[in-house]
Amino acid sequence: MAQPYAKKDDDHDDELEYSPFMGIEKGAVLQEARVFNDAQVDPRRCSQVITKLLYLLNQGESFTKVEATEVFFSVTKLFQSKDTGLRRMVYLIIKELSPSSDEVIIVTSSLMKDMNSKIDMYRANAIRVLCRIIDGTLLTQIERYLKQAIVDKNPVVSSAALVSGLHLLKTNPEIVKRWSNEVQEGIQSRSALVQFHALALLHQIRQNDRLAVSKLVGSLTRGSVRSPLAQCLLIRYTSQVIRDMSNHGQSGERPFYEFLESCLRHKAEMVILEAARAITELDGVTSRELTPAITVLQLFLSSPRPVLRFAAVRTLNKVAMTHPMAVTNCNIDMESLISDQNRSIATLAITTLLKTGNESSVERLMKQITNFMSDIADEFKIVVVEAIRSLCVKFPLKYRSLMTFLSNILREEGGFEYKRAIVDSIVTIIRDIPDAKESGLLHLCEFIEDCEFTYLSTQILHFLGIEGPNTSDPSKYIRYIYNRVHLENATVRAAAVSTLAKFGFMVESLKPRITILLKRCIYDSDDEVRDRATLFLSVLGGDGTVDTDKDSTEFLFGSLEVPLVNMETSLKNYDPSEEAFDINSVPREVKSQPLAEKKAQGKKPTGLGAPPAAPASGFDGYERLLSSIPEFAAFGKLFKSSSPVELTEAETEYAVNVVKHIFDNHVVFQYNCTNTIPEQLLERVNVIVDASEAEEFSELTSKALNSLPYDSPGQAFVAFEKPAGVPAVGKFSNTLTFVVKEVDPSTGEAEDDGVEDEYQLEDLEVVAADYMVKVSVSNFRNAWESMNEEDEHVDEYGLGQRESLGEAIKAVIDLLGMQPCEGTETVPSNARSHTCLLSGVYIGNVKVLVRAQFGMDSSKEIAMKLAVRAEDVSVAEAIHEIVANG
Amino acid sequence: MELPPKVKNILLLDSEGKRIAAKYYSGDWPTNTAKEAFEKAVFSKTQKTNARTEVEVTALENNIIVYKFVQDLHFFVTGGEEENELVLASLLLFDAVNLLLRGNADKREALDNLDLIFLCFDEIIDGGIVLETDANVIAEKAGINSIDPNAPLSEQTISQALATAREHLTRSLMK
Repeated sequence: MAQPYAKKDDDHDDELEYSPFMGIEKGAVLQEARVFNDAQVDPRRCSQVITKLLYLLNQGESFTKVEATEVFFSVTKLFQSKDTGLRRMVYLIIKELSPSSDEVIIVTSSLMKDMNSKIDMYRANAIRVLCRIIDGTLLTQIERYLKQAIVDKNPVVSSAALVSGLHLLKTNPEIVKRWSNEVQEGIQSRSALVQFHALALLHQIRQNDRLAVSKLVGSLTRGSVRSPLAQCLLIRYTSQVIRDMSNHGQSGERPFYEFLESCLRHKAEMVILEAARAITELDGVTSRELTPAITVLQLFLSSPRPVLRFAAVRTLNKVAMTHPMAVTNCNIDMESLISDQNRSIATLAITTLLKTGNESSVERLMKQITNFMSDIADEFKIVVVEAIRSLCVKFPLKYRSLMTFLSNILREEGGFEYKRAIVDSIVTIIRDIPDAKESGLLHLCEFIEDCEFTYLSTQILHFLGIEGPNTSDPSKYIRYIYNRVHLENATVRAAAVSTLAKFGFMVESLKPRITILLKRCIYDSDDEVRDRATLFLSVLGGDGTVDTDKDSTEFLFGSLEVPLVNMETSLKNYDPSEEAFDINSVPREVKSQPLAEKKAQGKKPTGLGAPPAAPASGFDGYERLLSSIPEFAAFGKLFKSSSPVELTEAETEYAVNVVKHIFDNHVVFQYNCTNTIPEQLLERVNVIVDASEAEEFSELTSKALNSLPYDSPGQAFVAFEKPAGVPAVGKFSNTLTFVVKEVDPSTGEAEDDGVEDEYQLEDLEVVAADYMVKVSVSNFRNAWESMNEEDEHVDEYGLGQRESLGEAIKAVIDLLGMQPCEGTETVPSNARSHTCLLSGVYIGNVKVLVRAQFGMDSSKEIAMKLAVRAEDVSVAEAIHEIVANG
Repeated sequence: MELPPKVKNILLLDSEGKRIAAKYYSGDWPTNTAKEAFEKAVFSKTQKTNARTEVEVTALENNIIVYKFVQDLHFFVTGGEEENELVLASLLLFDAVNLLLRGNADKREALDNLDLIFLCFDEIIDGGIVLETDANVIAEKAGINSIDPNAPLSEQTISQALATAREHLTRSLMK
């Protein structure tokens, strides 16, 4: 504590600020604390010493057990003094010292006396202190007084008892639950805070009784709560009730929603905000329900109070993720917030605009953002960059201006995280939008010319090695890459050598030149660089027989097939012995993906669906995995892998999910199993599949998992044969069978004997959507018109009553498993009709485009006109069949 | 599930970001080092902003922080990201502290009356739960320090006398 001051002493002694705590030291203060033991208590002096003790504690100093006990005992003597000021300080220090239960005994009688004192302040504080330090047995002794205190006519006392009840409910619920009647009385209190605390406690007491909560909330929403804080609380409870009702399929939320809406007209802004936020967060909220909430938030946007503007723009930003059209009305107010003094507000405004903007406003927005970017901190810039990335995925046609923007900011000053966000965004755009590839790669090349971050340079070089050789003119990248070999540190030089080798291998015409460049690298000062250069030279020098070609491809482009984490664990467990380390023994469950891909996927907004390149990375992994298993290698090319479907509830003993791999003639189920019990080792793990409800499938083979240790996932496979090219559907029931062996937790060794057991999993279905791959087209109209108009199949369907258009559209998209294009999956807030554009590739590699027009009448009946164009007429018919049956 | 508004910490820092008083109610910052790091991050993030006329707000590490500066005192209240900003703003102590320090709220006065500041902290939040929001009530409850209820009226200062009178008045009105 004293050090900062002491240091300053040397520099400018005279300017030193005065502080009563200058040079304070724990030992000295503890000495001073002896004055508590004086026969004649000096209240002023004692208060000062307590303040010093509190100061020390507050500055992070800690007392040893002995010191704390000593202070505590001497402090208890101060109860003799009648000085109220001193008493207050005594209460504080007792709470801070948090005495152990055997010490507590000493003060309980004094505190209980204070609890029944005539002085309100004593009563209130004694309750708070006592409840903080006592245990269950003592609590029963003072329960009577606490109940009395709850209904005390002094609100301060009453609040103290209620708040203490809230804390005690965690440790002694059965006791606090007996106070319901008194607490109920508190809700009727005239004091705002008492009402708030009573409501909180009563709800907490009843929280597990859904009906009671709903009744409590129902009765209070009719208007007996006046305190704004209590009102906010009631709003939270109300939305919880609404959520519960819809989870249990009950109706009757209407009055509750109306209550929320009425709170939008409350006089306290705190309540209005709470209500608006509650409405926007309701599940499946309709645009009509949203409108009043959006309107009040829009008013807040132009408030002179920053807190209010921040709250409003933060809420609208969230709404924009799910209901972008509902927020567009606020765009003008939002744009004026870009120049807000408070940068948090400005950043939220920008990212909201990026979410709600339409294709035509992109350029104008980018202009505004450019001015804005120069004067905000990196962390805000990262948020903006991420928003721009999702915008680019949404409006692929606008990639040019977005890419220009990204490359400009890439050239400016910035920290590592910020630069990484930009590079990630450019990489995502290159993957998703083929047209953007060449310009994007050049931007990255320019960036590594002057990049101070080794990590980013190596990542970019690796990426260049994969994407560069496939461009129209690969030779133009060579100069950039070779420059790195001259100018960078060893890590980057090594990466550059690998990248050069990839170019040399992929582009025949460049091979001689690359060989020359690599030869220069064998004189490098670094071992790794020299080794790589020598290795690649010999690979490239090979005379090109098919066999070496394949090996070289594998070597240059194949990644390690096992995840590094698993590899590391296996290597650590490997005892050096006669037996060589077998890489096939390493579990292959993919926990982590290569870095750039993981980030690109992880941060991608879910609503935009998966653009083609992204799933390919997971797909590549699956393809490699399956082709490495001899039983499945002959199945041909993998058509599609579904996302994992959970077959167990969360937090069960064994967690199993399944990935459906579709081949032309076969279907393979990949069961990813995790053992979550540390005391068990599972062996011979297999899945028994009953396909009696899937007539067209016949089981071909299965591959059991030999051993499944705790927390190290493994896979079992079952393969089925099905008619070629036919989108067969069916339902499968699954049972997990295995042998359980007990594991001694201390040694980690398993017993020799195991017990056979089985575990019922949930059913699995193969549906029509499994035969459709999501593939987006950058320009739907062109693609649509390039297909033969005569092959178009049109039909109309009634979809029955739905809550909203959006819901109906989502259902159709899920049914077909196709990729929504051009952001058409989002419906404007008040639309009664909407057109959704979908694209995909059907089994047999048939390209399919769908234009679905939806309309809703006043009774929420939804009709759909579905126009399908496919390269094969029979597929267009099949699509209609799916919809007709779905 | 816990729904009542929860406060994670309240901080009072000086103009160099040093802690004058702080109270943490959540386990997010288990050690003093973690607490100091958080305070440093909060201070450097807000230092350049103008929070003198209006209460300002920002987000940091999934927390919402509302703050206001008075002279060389920097007041902060931190809550989770789901928290209502206006509720947090109502818990900023500067009004109560200003009352307690009789309008001379600055670092020196605050250190001289640190006992009052601690009492203020104690009166506004109890274990993370809002205890009282009215600055006048808080100042009264904390300020009782200097008033011995048994002392003759003549020994009280004018403002204390006013405070006592106001307290009596509110009581009688509430009955």
